[in-house]
Amino acid sequence: MSDAAAPTVLKEESGALRFYGIWLAAAVALIVLPLVFSSGGSLTSFSLIGIAIIFALSYNILLGQTGLLSFGHAVHYGLGGFLAVHVMNAVANYNWPIPLPFIPLVGGVGGLAFAILIGWVMTKRAGTVFAMISLGIGELVASSSLILRSVFGGEAGITTDRTALPHMFGWSFGPQLQVYYLIAFWVMVSAIAMYALTRTPLGRICNAVRDNPERVQFIGYDPHVVRYIAYGFAGFFAGIAGGLTAINFEIANSAYLGATQSGFVLFAAFIGGAAYFFGPILGAILVTYLQLGLTNVTTVSLLYFGIIFIGIVMFAPGGIAGILMMHRPLIRARSLGMVIPSYLVAAVPTLVLALGVILSIETVARYTASEGEGNIINLLGIPFNATAPTTPVVAAVLVVGGFLVARITWRRVAEAWDRATTVARDRGYLA
Amino acid sequence: MTAAIEVRAVEKHFGNVSIIRDLNLNVAQGERHAIIGPNGAGKSTTFNLISGHIKPSSGEIRLNGNVISGLRPFEINRRGLSRSFQVTNVFARMTVWENVRCAVLWATGHRYAFWKNVDHLPEVKQRTAEILEDIHLSHRRDVPAGLLTYAEQRELEIGITIASGANVVMLDEPTAGMSHAETERAVALIRRLTEGRTLVIVEHDMSVVFGLADRISVLVYGHIIASGTPKEIRGNPKVREAYLGEEAH
Amino acid sequence: MLELIVISTLNGVLFGMLLFLLSSGLTVIFSMMGVLNFAHASFYMLGAFFGYQLTRWIGFWPALVLAPLLVGAVGMAVERYGLRNTHKHGHVAELLLTFGLAFAIEEIVSMIWGKSPMDYRIPAALDFPAFTVFSTNYPAYKIFMLAVSVTIFVALLVVLKKTRVGLIVQAALTHPSMVGHLGHNVGRVFMLVFGVGSALAGLAGVIAGPSLVTQSDMAAALGPILFVVIVFGGLGSLPGAFIASLLIGLIQTFAVALNGSLESAFGPLDPGLGPSVLTDVWNVTIAQIAPILPYVLLVLILIVRPMGLLGTRET
Repeated sequence: MSDAAAPTVLKEESGALRFYGIWLAAAVALIVLPLVFSSGGSLTSFSLIGIAIIFALSYNILLGQTGLLSFGHAVHYGLGGFLAVHVMNAVANYNWPIPLPFIPLVGGVGGLAFAILIGWVMTKRAGTVFAMISLGIGELVASSSLILRSVFGGEAGITTDRTALPHMFGWSFGPQLQVYYLIAFWVMVSAIAMYALTRTPLGRICNAVRDNPERVQFIGYDPHVVRYIAYGFAGFFAGIAGGLTAINFEIANSAYLGATQSGFVLFAAFIGGAAYFFGPILGAILVTYLQLGLTNVTTVSLLYFGIIFIGIVMFAPGGIAGILMMHRPLIRARSLGMVIPSYLVAAVPTLVLALGVILSIETVARYTASEGEGNIINLLGIPFNATAPTTPVVAAVLVVGGFLVARITWRRVAEAWDRATTVARDRGYLA
Repeated sequence: MTAAIEVRAVEKHFGNVSIIRDLNLNVAQGERHAIIGPNGAGKSTTFNLISGHIKPSSGEIRLNGNVISGLRPFEINRRGLSRSFQVTNVFARMTVWENVRCAVLWATGHRYAFWKNVDHLPEVKQRTAEILEDIHLSHRRDVPAGLLTYAEQRELEIGITIASGANVVMLDEPTAGMSHAETERAVALIRRLTEGRTLVIVEHDMSVVFGLADRISVLVYGHIIASGTPKEIRGNPKVREAYLGEEAH
Repeated sequence: MLELIVISTLNGVLFGMLLFLLSSGLTVIFSMMGVLNFAHASFYMLGAFFGYQLTRWIGFWPALVLAPLLVGAVGMAVERYGLRNTHKHGHVAELLLTFGLAFAIEEIVSMIWGKSPMDYRIPAALDFPAFTVFSTNYPAYKIFMLAVSVTIFVALLVVLKKTRVGLIVQAALTHPSMVGHLGHNVGRVFMLVFGVGSALAGLAGVIAGPSLVTQSDMAAALGPILFVVIVFGGLGSLPGAFIASLLIGLIQTFAVALNGSLESAFGPLDPGLGPSVLTDVWNVTIAQIAPILPYVLLVLILIVRPMGLLGTRET
């Protein structure tokens, strides 16, 4: 090998080392996490986040990689969950030799089967039409589930007992800790599998279909077939997530299939950032935490979700991952320091604006609440009474003032960015 | 020997309007054939008809003797015909390397494989590297295609078109919008890359046409009014009239 | 039986006209701007709630005029400050913006008015039976709704066919980019179209509110059906939307009115069979599956004729 090739090989090797290092670190983190945070609440949170990660990653096979926006992805998740519960009950009733750790695969098969069934028709059209169709199919399945009571258990759903299956390693999977490790295992396996998918010929062509389906035909591929296969994979992994949920809660009901669940995974993938593999992982963590945390402090947590989502769509459509990766050239060119001060300055009025918005929303929300506790809004430790006339005034001042000042400071941020990217370009870190 | 492309009595109507009327075209194997004509004559429509983007209202199109009219674009592409686009049509978010590699994947037989690692396919790697060398974009291999200069994108477009190894290559105004120097480079590239293949090219730049083509067809109002060697076309009174508006009394 | 058919036809046509009132705005907005306004049904809901609230403050008839104007103003603001800024990020971003908006509007409405149905009453002036069909009184208010819908429909037709703005909108239905090239102030036209479309949806809400339920989940219930209507009728086709609206309106109304099931037709299944998919299907009444019939139609049209009944555009 020539000398010129040696530095490239070195770079490839160190790149490979870093790559495997990240996966190894993730695995270690998953194992160690419940030992550091061992409370019951934490375990539940981690379990939910793990499931959400698999679900969001499966969704991104459609959105981020193949350019298919689906409003009905929960269908595969839910059907996977239902198949899992039925099989779990059958295993217990008929003494089949299937230990619990294999059940998520059953869920995957459930999701995959439905995807194979409807996928061909669904992927005939792409873009906005596909989105509408996915919404319709989602509603169709969710409504049908209430009619077919024998399969879906009506409003109550179908329950199961995860400890009734054959044990593996002597674990009964009764304790939440064991369930967490089961979920963590499947998170690793699924994430590795889905990442590997992006490195295959199919994965690359999916990206091509996303970017330019017309052109793809002229390099020999049928975009319809590509989308169909991607749809199948997305359904499979969504089904795994559904199976894990069924195991976690020992129940499957029609809410698993519904529009709320579909909206949730869309939020997670988009807020996290659909353009990068790790984006949905971030989004799943954030959205799950928000969901768990917000419901304790406010009655209108979903409204905040909506506002955050709108904010991301309008100002940061690349999601959190997009924002982070945007800074990568600056970090490499060491010009990041040029934008940090302007961020800090802009953070203050933006925070004020956010507080004003929160105060306004909470005022309206708690205005009609019962006297006493329900009426008091605790903002940074300062109590505001929702019915007092001063509160809306304060809120208005915060919102208007915050907005006006924030506009100026964000303009400064844009200028700082201009300077920083120029430096990065000069140093050769930007195209 | 069977013609590479044979278009027989093809018509295309959109509602009441006839875009293409009784189109007849013959492109021999290994020939470099240029289609010229005034704006709106239907050149892009002709390309779209041959490449399967739209279906003829009547008539027949054959590729290497086999009927292709009515087939879908990817089916025609798999039978050995490849085309480029007038408006640059690359995969903007993928790098130059990945653009060319995608174009190579089907031809190297990897199709919809989801069990192989695309980075570990040596023949794919090699072929992609070769094509990048040919189109002089090796030094830009890691740049997202959307960030290339216009001329570079056009060259990448040509690269993607020939990457699949198709024997019949159709280029739709490949030098549109290029400067004189860029055009010269592009023409040299095209000449080199289409050695031994059949080339059909739509062009407005007459120097490119007369320098590159073995035979020229002139398309006016959806109908080929003349077809022959550059010399014959230059001397053809009907062509002069159509282009320059001279009345041939 | 005949009574059932007549009443159901009347109701079905009424529902269909309501659907068309909504889907026409949606179609025009989609054709002109390429944006599928997920929040369209939300504007319908806003119309109903504004109508309810304004009726309580200033009476039904002023509310009838004011509420749609308010909703139209909201629509224009959404276009000006929301969609216009998201346009550069592509159609997916615009769609997601309207999706987030629909979500947020539903939450805001249930925050302010709660989640229970509102007591939105038919105005006293219209609260009498218009005529009697066999043994059933047909309420005058429904005739009023029908009259308003038909008037709007005719007005739309006149505007589209006879005015300059209408000509531009028609052109934009099939060739949106050309309209911009022809030098029209596309931004202002968009804002106007979006505002009018939203106002129409709001108007539908104001008049439908007293008759149908006014509740914070009404947008979520109607939204998907709207999409079925425009996919079924064909994207970008107003006549298609009209046919699809009437069809779906009639089908759903008849389905709800009919109470048949396989069981009522053929007798109960052998009770020894126990619960199964077969017994579920056997016992379900047509009224129970009425809500999902539109989606069944959706699947059918996608299999048989993916571009919709009268569709001309791909996306």
